[in-house]
Amino acid sequence: MKRSLFSVFTVLIVVGVILSACAPGATPTEAPAGPAPTEAPAEPGAPTEAPAAVEKTVTIGFTSSLTGSQEVSSKRQVAGLNLWMQQVNDGGGIKLSDGTVVKVTAQTYDDESNKERVQELYTRLITEDNADFLISPYSSGLTAAASIIAEQNGKVMLTAGAAEDDAYKTGNTSLFQLYTPGSQYLLSTVDMLKKLDPEAKVAVVHENDKFSTSVVEGLKPYLESEGFEIVLEEGYASETTDFGPVINKIVESGATVLLGGGHYPDGSTFARQLYERKVGLKFVSLLVAPADSKFPELGDAALGISTSSQWELAATHTPEEAAALGKTWYGPTGEEFAAAYEAATGDKPTYHVAGGYAAGLVLQKAIEDADSVDPAEVKAALEAMDIFTFYGGIKFDTTPEAHGLQTGHQMVVAQWQKDDTGALVRKVIWPTDVANAEPLYPVPAPQQFTGLPAGAGAQRPAPEPYSGAETCSNSISYWHHYPTAFFWVLSMDWQPWG
Amino acid sequence: MGMTLIWGVMNVINLSHGPIIALGMFGTFFIFTRTGLNPYVGLIPVAILGLLLGVLIYVVAVHRVINAPHLSSLLATFSVNMIIIGLGTAALTTSPYNVDFAAGSFKLGSVTLLGTRLIAALVAMLFTGGLYLFLYRTRPGKYIRAVANNRAAAELMGIPSTRILALSFGLGTMLAAVSGALIATFFPFSILAGASYELKSFVIGVLGGLGNPIGALFGGLVLGILEGIIPAFMESSWVPVIEFGLFVVILLVRPSGLFGAKR
Repeated sequence: MKRSLFSVFTVLIVVGVILSACAPGATPTEAPAGPAPTEAPAEPGAPTEAPAAVEKTVTIGFTSSLTGSQEVSSKRQVAGLNLWMQQVNDGGGIKLSDGTVVKVTAQTYDDESNKERVQELYTRLITEDNADFLISPYSSGLTAAASIIAEQNGKVMLTAGAAEDDAYKTGNTSLFQLYTPGSQYLLSTVDMLKKLDPEAKVAVVHENDKFSTSVVEGLKPYLESEGFEIVLEEGYASETTDFGPVINKIVESGATVLLGGGHYPDGSTFARQLYERKVGLKFVSLLVAPADSKFPELGDAALGISTSSQWELAATHTPEEAAALGKTWYGPTGEEFAAAYEAATGDKPTYHVAGGYAAGLVLQKAIEDADSVDPAEVKAALEAMDIFTFYGGIKFDTTPEAHGLQTGHQMVVAQWQKDDTGALVRKVIWPTDVANAEPLYPVPAPQQFTGLPAGAGAQRPAPEPYSGAETCSNSISYWHHYPTAFFWVLSMDWQPWG
Repeated sequence: MGMTLIWGVMNVINLSHGPIIALGMFGTFFIFTRTGLNPYVGLIPVAILGLLLGVLIYVVAVHRVINAPHLSSLLATFSVNMIIIGLGTAALTTSPYNVDFAAGSFKLGSVTLLGTRLIAALVAMLFTGGLYLFLYRTRPGKYIRAVANNRAAAELMGIPSTRILALSFGLGTMLAAVSGALIATFFPFSILAGASYELKSFVIGVLGGLGNPIGALFGGLVLGILEGIIPAFMESSWVPVIEFGLFVVILLVRPSGLFGAKR
């Protein structure tokens, strides 16, 4: 008995030592620590000398979903934000009129796509890490959780990957939305359908989460007002993997067009099963998943699937467009942004990357406009902002009814089509003035299965390479569940066991 | 079935069942993507590795707590669960993976049946039959039943109970890995994907009677039929409500399950 207990304690101590060795990895993307904001010592008693440049460092706090259901899109958003931070710091920081140079540093944690974690971590970011400004996590659900903490502490939070409208309609005054609101997400798709096939019978099948539900709430009245018949409306749980029963319902409903989806995991699964079951819809538009560059991994199942996109390089916004609208242009062009991102990561930017980058860009512009890093002044600058960037128009609602809601940004409709070489490419198909391809309508029927080509498996892309650097941080992210388990073990009524 | 076997033989609720299903999925994925081997041929190495992993888990984590209160074995297998998920997350991330394999499809009225699912159902039936024959017709199978029935008496008869328990745990794990390998042919998965199947395994096991492989097959069929039929009448989000409602009813009315012996 004593020996057993002794061995248990020895194991616990060894595990503790290993964990403490891993612990710094808990903040994997933590930038070099520095007091925030840091001010260099003032130069007293030298009025005749030119004022020395004062360097301030502002801490930007955010969580990213390195694990869990939002991983794919969240990592992209953070990659965009990191690119912005790197560019600002490499470019010598944000320069204020009094000679102050503002540099940025990030404080970030893995939120595991978990709302409770988000609330714990944003509290920590504000109270312990003294973050000056906050960027939201990815997804409306996680952002809603974070927004409560930001609002309670009066911290300005730019909500990058969160389209749902409600958070801005509950009296919040610290949130500023970068995405076109969810309720408007699919409206341009409906406009396009109106032109292509006003007789289409629409099935609305969506994930049961905050974002997708808000999209559908905006979509349904618009579909009806445009004279479309909604033959099926169905929600599904976020973790759904078997869409068979839902697909049977779509077939029975006689729908010709499917609008809906949710996020990456469910959307990609849904698209694949629609293809496998040869549903033969004329048009399918899914939220989020088809906008990701991983989507063509589905092969032919991706063909013809369209999505509403916050930004596409092919339809990027330009200084000329800004001039025509009488708006102030700010930041790099879409091509410059895309080239910098490709140089940094080797990957093409998606709208999630652009959203993350634009969040940083908007904060930078607000600091410049405020000529200060004082949160109240930056907030006032955000409220007054009306600019145009490569990502599109940026203007926030300032009425008490919907404070912070994005009103300046427009979306495009993109569709996976095949280029001349047969490779899948995402083309912009609506609105017509920025489109670079005609809509594929109706989408070609899925081919009859003719057997797997020999060695097809060997041609599949290999999974993401094992990254030793992430080992500690990723596995450690689960360890916060462990204290409970350990206490449980220790509080047990230990019995001899053989 | 793996969960019900382990429970039946050693009264251990195996909380590492889910991650082992996920490991089975990744087994298929890596065998298919790296070697191009047909996933159904790939079942053989997955099954062997599953068996060995199960024996290893038994020796390292379960054997010492087998006679301790249930909480100990729950914690031990929960720890294995967390270790597999932690290591799996670090090495494989939680992004969804797909095995891009299809085995044709058949039209039945307005419903399309996928070949991969039919084969999975067939393989599941084969495994149930195989397990049944193994338990009732072979010497090690009879040993397993003897140990499950009365371990002390089995030991007195000269049955090496530790080895038999390790074998049973290995078999249970093998079944979990094989089921993961089959699921991977038609659903996407990540290292976290096993959790929902683990819950379902538990419901299925209780429904059919924990410890009874035929009961597990029957429980699985009942659950599958419910999942197919419920969405035809109401929103698919009602499926888990009804499934787990049924679970509670079974626990109240017939705690030993539909096929379990009355105690």
